[in-house]
Amino acid sequence: MKIKDLFLDGVIRKNPVLVQLLGMCSALAITTSLFNGLGMGLAVTIILICSNVVISLLRNFIPKKIRIAAFIVVIAAFVTIVDLLIQAFIPDLSESLGVFIPLIVVNCIILGRAEALASKNKVGVAALDGLFQGIGYTIAAVAMCIVRELLGSGTFGGGILNGGAGIRIFPEQFGATYMIMPFGGFIVMAFLIALTQWLVARNEKKTGKKADPVPDEYEEVLK
Amino acid sequence: MNLTGFISLSLGAILIENVIFSQFLGICPFMGVSKKMDSAVGMGIAVTFVLVLSSIVCWVVNRFLLVPLNIEYMQTVAFILVIASLVQFVELFLQKNIPSLYQSLGIYLPLITTNCAVLGIAIANIDRGYGLGSSIAYGLTSGIGFLLAIVLFASVREQMEVSSDFPKPFKGFPEAMLAGGLLALAFMGFSGLSVFG
Repeated sequence: MKIKDLFLDGVIRKNPVLVQLLGMCSALAITTSLFNGLGMGLAVTIILICSNVVISLLRNFIPKKIRIAAFIVVIAAFVTIVDLLIQAFIPDLSESLGVFIPLIVVNCIILGRAEALASKNKVGVAALDGLFQGIGYTIAAVAMCIVRELLGSGTFGGGILNGGAGIRIFPEQFGATYMIMPFGGFIVMAFLIALTQWLVARNEKKTGKKADPVPDEYEEVLK
Repeated sequence: MNLTGFISLSLGAILIENVIFSQFLGICPFMGVSKKMDSAVGMGIAVTFVLVLSSIVCWVVNRFLLVPLNIEYMQTVAFILVIASLVQFVELFLQKNIPSLYQSLGIYLPLITTNCAVLGIAIANIDRGYGLGSSIAYGLTSGIGFLLAIVLFASVREQMEVSSDFPKPFKGFPEAMLAGGLLALAFMGFSGLSVFG
């Protein structure tokens, strides 16, 4: 398997959020400022790499019947570590992500990658896949953040740039507050996925060949 | 807990901070199992059942195991293990006693383990310092909130199957997401509603 293929799969062709439609809860809930999106993306990426590596190392020792439970324990251990680290070193992030950090345990992306790839491949491949899928998640989350933050509060880079206030693009009173409410999450996600589907369809038409069908990770996990 | 407290807690959990529409917990089953009304109802009931049980068990585990041993930082690991075994139990129970429901829920049932709502509510019970009674009430009413959300959403999606006029890139998931957004907008009307002062 080529590195380039793994990269393109993780970032574009099988983007965990936009194509595989996994990990929706956090991608909808916390994507209200760039700080949240980057922080969540970083946390998910680190946990994905670590759990992929460990599960790949243990792949010959975990009995098939209880593998899902074993994967969950490995993932939960890394989530706890990352959660404690964030609480200690970036308390602001811990406060704004709240319960969604421990909830990374039940993020389908991580369990899906463990089952579909890490439990069948060597450590190197598993680590790279974790990195690229993590980047794919981060790209989707950051895209959500940029749109919602801009339309909702009229700023860019909230929490990071300009001393935490973000760069103001237009005055606050013109912001549509409902874009940073749950409603905005659903709508922006719908448009992002529609955009992805449009790009995929256009690419298929141009090159004349069909993209690989994305395997249904739900079914993969539950087989 | 008195009756007033229970009513305000349950109205809060069902309408004001609905698990799906305001807390964003459990989106995966909400999108995945809402194409048909039957399975949506089944999923909602299964989630409610698991939520009540997991609220009880996680509260007990936290109070009598994690707190005395001073290992509250193991909360995530302990809770997810408890929930995973509970779901296994519910699955075996349904398979044996209600095979028709088991068939219609099919492969989605084990996904309750990875349903953020179950773990999220268990953690929320502890974070908010609820007692056992309040934990059960919050679990139950959050489950009812989930059931309400998924049933409303399934009825919208059944209509959309018959007649929907979206452009091609919106077919499938995005159009469902838009419908979900509009439902969330409707539920936003409840925010700010305060019950009994």
